[in-house]
Amino acid sequence: MCVMVAPRPLHDRALDNLRFIRQTMERAGSFTAVPGWGQVAVGVTALAAAFLAARQPTPELWLSTWLGEAIVALAIGGSAMVRKAYAVNDPILSGPGRRFGLSFLPPMIVGGLLTVVLYRAGLWHALPGTWLLLYGTGFVTGGAFSVRIVPVMGLCFMLVGAAALFGPAAWGNWLMAAGFGGLHVGFGMIIARRYGG
Amino acid sequence: MAKQGAARKTEAVEQGLKSERGGSRAAELDRLIHERVRLGIVSALAVNESLSFNQLKALLKTTDGNLSVHARRLEEAQYITCTKSFEGRIPKTEYRLTAAGRRALERYLDHMEALIHATRQG
Repeated sequence: MCVMVAPRPLHDRALDNLRFIRQTMERAGSFTAVPGWGQVAVGVTALAAAFLAARQPTPELWLSTWLGEAIVALAIGGSAMVRKAYAVNDPILSGPGRRFGLSFLPPMIVGGLLTVVLYRAGLWHALPGTWLLLYGTGFVTGGAFSVRIVPVMGLCFMLVGAAALFGPAAWGNWLMAAGFGGLHVGFGMIIARRYGG
Repeated sequence: MAKQGAARKTEAVEQGLKSERGGSRAAELDRLIHERVRLGIVSALAVNESLSFNQLKALLKTTDGNLSVHARRLEEAQYITCTKSFEGRIPKTEYRLTAAGRRALERYLDHMEALIHATRQG
């Protein structure tokens, strides 16, 4: 028996074609090698660092713990990004990957310079807010060349950073755990599931 | 009955588009880029200066054979250009959208928008 299927309305097909064009353009113009699982790993090490940093007797040791975590995170995140870029055939040094890097790096450099200034001035309590805000800014600006979830993650980091800057100093380490730990794990899992690892 | 009604409505919309745009040529759908893989190639190249064969293959999740057949059709219509070179010893094929290809995509987008507009009015 032959079953006749009603043709899809012209309007729906036209809409579907326009959606396909938009999605293809978005994927083609985006840097998709932001590593989800790499971020989850960075989040886990950040939670461990927050646990250790909270137990340090001096601000210098607290700072050393977080600087050590920054180096570990850079190694994990960097290698995961290179691996994912290779797997999805998304070049890092050209096109959207290059634009992502060039937009992400300046806030990181500013963060490094401000760390020295705030350390010398003895303004320890301002460090968590400054780091979180600038890290979030990097993802908001770089995220303009990536998938939509990346700038959203950046905005969340900025919100946590603002809370750390204007909240009591005692919240600093907790908000570092919430931001660098919680947000990395949460958004990393979403990115890994939706954008191929 | 309902199917016949839908078909009649589709014809009426196409007729309406033809008269609105002053003739059948303008309302004619560009079948060359209407096909999904070819539409994907043209759309992807519209937002990139150039893309390699491997980048397009990964982006459109298609096979070597399929991509090369469709890219060839677009090349024959002069919608895209193809440059072959070597990176060390590895051959590299790069595609770029031509001005004619960009105009074809714009016409296609106009056509789709006009269809949506006409069916909403109908």
